[in-house]
Amino acid sequence: MQIALDIASWTLLIAGGAFVFTGGLGALRMPDFYTRMHAASLTDSLGTILVLFGIALQAGVSLAALKLITITLFLLLTSPTAAYALANAARLSGVNPEHVVATNEQR
Amino acid sequence: MVVLFGLFLLTLLVITALGIVNADNLFAAVMLMGIFSLQMAAIFFVLDAADVALTEAAVGAGVATMLLLGALALTKDKEKRRRRRRWPAIVIVTVTTLMMIYATFDMPRLGDPQAPVHQHVAPWYLSETPKVIDIPNVVTAILASFRGYDTLGEVFVIFTAGVGVMFILANGSGNGRRTMVPSADSTGLRHHLVPRVVGRLLVPFIVLFGLYVQFHGEYGPGGGFQAGALISAGLILYALVEGEKEALRAIPLSVLVGMIAFGAFLFGAVGVVGMLFGGNFLDYSVLLSNPVAGQHLGIMLVELGVGITVTGVLLTIFHTIAARRKDH
Amino acid sequence: MEFFGLYNYWVFAVLLMIGLYTVMSKANLIKKLIGMSIFQSAVFLLYITMDKVEGGTAPILKPGVDGQIYSNPLPQVLILTAIVVGVATLALGLAIVVRISESYGTIEEDEVREIDRE
Repeated sequence: MQIALDIASWTLLIAGGAFVFTGGLGALRMPDFYTRMHAASLTDSLGTILVLFGIALQAGVSLAALKLITITLFLLLTSPTAAYALANAARLSGVNPEHVVATNEQR
Repeated sequence: MVVLFGLFLLTLLVITALGIVNADNLFAAVMLMGIFSLQMAAIFFVLDAADVALTEAAVGAGVATMLLLGALALTKDKEKRRRRRRWPAIVIVTVTTLMMIYATFDMPRLGDPQAPVHQHVAPWYLSETPKVIDIPNVVTAILASFRGYDTLGEVFVIFTAGVGVMFILANGSGNGRRTMVPSADSTGLRHHLVPRVVGRLLVPFIVLFGLYVQFHGEYGPGGGFQAGALISAGLILYALVEGEKEALRAIPLSVLVGMIAFGAFLFGAVGVVGMLFGGNFLDYSVLLSNPVAGQHLGIMLVELGVGITVTGVLLTIFHTIAARRKDH
Repeated sequence: MEFFGLYNYWVFAVLLMIGLYTVMSKANLIKKLIGMSIFQSAVFLLYITMDKVEGGTAPILKPGVDGQIYSNPLPQVLILTAIVVGVATLALGLAIVVRISESYGTIEEDEVREIDRE
């Protein structure tokens, strides 16, 4: 039982780390502000949830696991809101996406 | 393993600091400063200082960033690029760094139990706290009871900073008109639905968590300063989402100013009451018939005073900066 | 092992000097205040480094466990006070910078000095 929990923990932690790393890579290499925001915010939300679940599995059924679940819920609420607020602020200050794709011919 | 993590964090810290020095755009410098504070909090936690990590995260990464952004909003946010580097400064700084690194070879190795700093007073605190005060968090015990006089001084420093900011900035727009009333179009983020809904959802939980940290400071990491920073952060979120006018209607400025004075007064009053009951100033053992229970009561009241003053000061500074109109 | 044991102190020295360089040679007033903040954080790092004991844990006493080593609580108390005082100083400094910006129209130190000289 302990081995199964450990393997599950490790998988979740490594997956979470891989997602966060991908997000960081995307934030560096993407060409435009909005695509960078997309990369950073999506992968960060998922990555932190996976990492926190991996740690919560290690804590067993206890107060620490409950606190970790609460933190996960809080992050689920605030992380996308922060991304939305940032993108909205950029749009309002006039940062435009680089390539405007949809034209009449492609409709 | 933890050693490698600590090394990695420290290197990242130096890289962030170099980034801050070179940043032209002051907004970027302020954001990097927030990241710097968060990394410091992580390093403090790795080094077993849980209370300090919580305070640095709440105050350094939260409140200081908010203050710097507020000041940036009222001034320019770009720095002028200098072409020439200041060579004398670089030389002095490099020579001093090398001298200090040479001096550190005499310091005790990290974590050495025989280092002089662990020898004289610290074991006394660790052994006396269960007997005299009997609360699990030794840091709160030392902060509020054994070294309560320093904390009283600190509360007065925060009080002075709040009063000082109000003196310097609180007459509206700098040409003598005495207004602290926000302008009529301060609706905050009313028209943006997502931050408004999420913000309104979260503010009660943030304030509740702040109160938990305040009263749980004797059993785990926590205490007055962290609680004050957290509660004021929640109320600042409310002010940002709903607008200045709503926030000032919820907690008026007179209440905030009263809170600043009341917290410091409470702390001083506990000390004087101790003297009136026959002990020394800030001696909590004489407050109740049982000395240990007296210590508990004294610590709780004192931390409450600290929390109230810190909340009041941070909110007052925020409202003062937000009400200042930029007219040039 | 010597390197690992002393790396904290070297990082402290480097951060201290970065902060000092920022205060000394940057002309923008807000940059100077940020440099002062970095300087203060470096000093906090020095104190908290000194409080760690090998094999210790945070100084929160657990009643049932015997023979547990705790890290030194004293530097933590000092640094708790110092962090809050640092933020209070930053707030006052920023208030003064805002006033300077309104009176002189600029926050670059040499331009302020030029305007003063007239």
